[in-house]
Amino acid sequence: MVEGNKEEPRIGVYICHCGINIAGVIDVEEVAKYAGTLKNVVLSKDYKYMCSDPGQEMIIKDIKEHNLNRIVVAACSPRMHEPTFRAACEEAGINPFLMEMSNIREHSSWVHMKEPEKATEKAKDLVRMAVAKARLLEPLEKPKVKVTDKALVIGGGIAGIQASLDLADQGFKVYLVEKSPTIGGKMAMLDKTFPTMDCSACILTPKMVDVARHPNIELLTYSEVKEIDGFIGNFKVKVEKKPRFVTDDCTGCGICADVCPVEVPNEFDLGLGTRKAIYVPFPQAVPLIYTIDQENCVGCGMCLNVCDPDAINFDSGPEEIEIEVGTIIVATGFDIFDARRKEEYGYGIYDNVINGLEFERLINASGPSGGKLLRPSDGKEPKSIGFIQCVGSRDEATNKYCSRVCCMYAIKNARLYKEKHPETDIYIFYMDIRAFGKGYEEFYKIAQDEYGIKFIRGRPGEILEDPQTKNLILRVEDTLLGETIEVDLDLVVLSVGMEPPKDAEKLQKILRISRGADGFFLEAHPKLRPIDTLTEGVFLAGTAQGPKDIPDTVAQGSAAAARAAIPMSKGEVEIEPILAEADPEKCIGCRICERVCDFGAIQIVERKARVNQALCKGCGGCAGACPTGAMQIKHFSDNQIMAMIHAAFKED
Amino acid sequence: MAEFEPKILAFLCNWCSYAGSDLAGTSRIQYPPSIRAIRVMCTARMDPQFILKAFSEGADGVMVAGCHPGDCHYVAGNYKAKRRVTLVHEILENMGIEKERLMLDWVSAAEGEKFATIVKEFTNTIKKIGPSPLRAAARQK
Repeated sequence: MVEGNKEEPRIGVYICHCGINIAGVIDVEEVAKYAGTLKNVVLSKDYKYMCSDPGQEMIIKDIKEHNLNRIVVAACSPRMHEPTFRAACEEAGINPFLMEMSNIREHSSWVHMKEPEKATEKAKDLVRMAVAKARLLEPLEKPKVKVTDKALVIGGGIAGIQASLDLADQGFKVYLVEKSPTIGGKMAMLDKTFPTMDCSACILTPKMVDVARHPNIELLTYSEVKEIDGFIGNFKVKVEKKPRFVTDDCTGCGICADVCPVEVPNEFDLGLGTRKAIYVPFPQAVPLIYTIDQENCVGCGMCLNVCDPDAINFDSGPEEIEIEVGTIIVATGFDIFDARRKEEYGYGIYDNVINGLEFERLINASGPSGGKLLRPSDGKEPKSIGFIQCVGSRDEATNKYCSRVCCMYAIKNARLYKEKHPETDIYIFYMDIRAFGKGYEEFYKIAQDEYGIKFIRGRPGEILEDPQTKNLILRVEDTLLGETIEVDLDLVVLSVGMEPPKDAEKLQKILRISRGADGFFLEAHPKLRPIDTLTEGVFLAGTAQGPKDIPDTVAQGSAAAARAAIPMSKGEVEIEPILAEADPEKCIGCRICERVCDFGAIQIVERKARVNQALCKGCGGCAGACPTGAMQIKHFSDNQIMAMIHAAFKED
Repeated sequence: MAEFEPKILAFLCNWCSYAGSDLAGTSRIQYPPSIRAIRVMCTARMDPQFILKAFSEGADGVMVAGCHPGDCHYVAGNYKAKRRVTLVHEILENMGIEKERLMLDWVSAAEGEKFATIVKEFTNTIKKIGPSPLRAAARQK
């Protein structure tokens, strides 16, 4: 490898100040001066912002004027600006892989802020290591792969619906996989939406119908993604279709459900209403095909007898289908916080403590109570209601983050109830009201000024129940008045926050993407790449990435579709050339690499290892195991890494 | 005599641990300036020779950090790293190098705090054991 490279390295080293981010701690001039003394370094400079236009221009000019053939940029993490400086090298006419970055910001100035001298010493070591690797860098060509112009969208809530429609409208085939029997997600469960008071179903169901009708969308409901293999452009996905026991011939007439003798709590109504063992979650479900819930069906066959189109088939079983897609959008949404974890509020213990989503179902005209909100304990209309904010949000004991929607949905629900029942006393117990969206502050102001809703700043410590009346006694410190007050309430509504769905971990493993400390899927960059994941070709939409309201969710659904469309419109993508390569001279045909490779990318042909570059993912497991050094990973070769190890301790 | 300051070489995988170390940086979590990191795409890239080379060059400790079990970007690279580290532990003992000088842990992209903590703890461990027996000889070469 090195032997083949006869050209003497002429290295340019560039030390970035990053404003004061690096230069405020590290003596950048000293590092630049030091780098200039290293072997093969032709010039060494420092500059305020290397990534800026003038910074890049300087590198490009130097490459041309000084015939530089290797570049070292000591700045931020390569995960941040490696593409930037590679592009600059390319513009100057040298191969982009002849550039190496040294991470002196995340790995030094930002983590050793109080030890500037040691941070400077460390920066010198890191630059020396990068120079050592740079000497041995090899030019590489990026292989191009074809991109299948089909997409997979996981999750059929509003985020997945929006993403699917946008992609399908651009002419791409979309597979929309939803685990429950209908699309619609959590939005379908809501009553009205803030701040416009549109009825949620009225704005959502037309979109659901659009999905069902769209010629480019293949809807796979009651289905789950089981396995994903491959990479951007060519993902192979295994989807399991759970047995519905009802075929597509179903007309949705519902006579089966009328005769079904089994009644169970309806998940869609959070168990507040019931459904039959053969059911649709709600009347506007898409697709409008009944499902037999295997767990509860007693097999009496009543439905079979009444079904006109003969759509019931008890003999079906799970079906596995395989699809090939170029890109994937993850729109798996959220779960609500389980309020039983805040025992002091008595959810699940006191009858008259409910959560915000249950309140939505109960005031919804198409909900289990027909829109009449009655106290669970005695069926009476509540004369006083208290909403408690930040249940499972902004809380050291449960979730530290803000769920972003609870202030607004509580105010919205309080206003809705007050409109119909002006005589009711309504309290909202809050820490801070976060009314940050368009029209939100105005909406909040009206609730205060015109509706007479009482906002009390304080987090209740505990709720007690009067065992006779089942009324709730809530004691709270009003932090604005500085006094403790006691309020007697007929009903308490807990404004529960959002949490990652329980099966997020399973999906994380299938997709090989990361999750943040809060458990939500992690974007590639919090500001500049909020839709991408670190896995090329996999994008995020909606609350799968973090708590969001409906406008932001829809925007992100569209954004994910736009991002996913880029490689699919181009038809091909360049992939990293960091792949394995075997040197037949050194290979002894021992087959260790063949066994180590998890991707079946290595074959032994005529007693020599041969790498199939289409299958190789470049992890380097084979190179790490090779006893002779025949197997190498481009850009991370043995000699490059060995040179860095040496340079970590010594100068050449 | 000045206090012994360990010099530790770290191998971090691109997808989890290197991202975790970057997060420690962006979160400004402070830790001792003892480590010098080398980025590899996956800890499976770790050739046992890299670790031995580091010790022969005078490293007081070597740290390998990868994705949590089950989270590997390449399915199972971290398991391979674990097996190799176990192997190198044995070699080190036979060579008279304390096996505590080589550590393996898992750091996800979201665990900036954990990254800083393990660097702190490992630095303290190495401080307690003292300089590597190979250090003086290696540095003179």
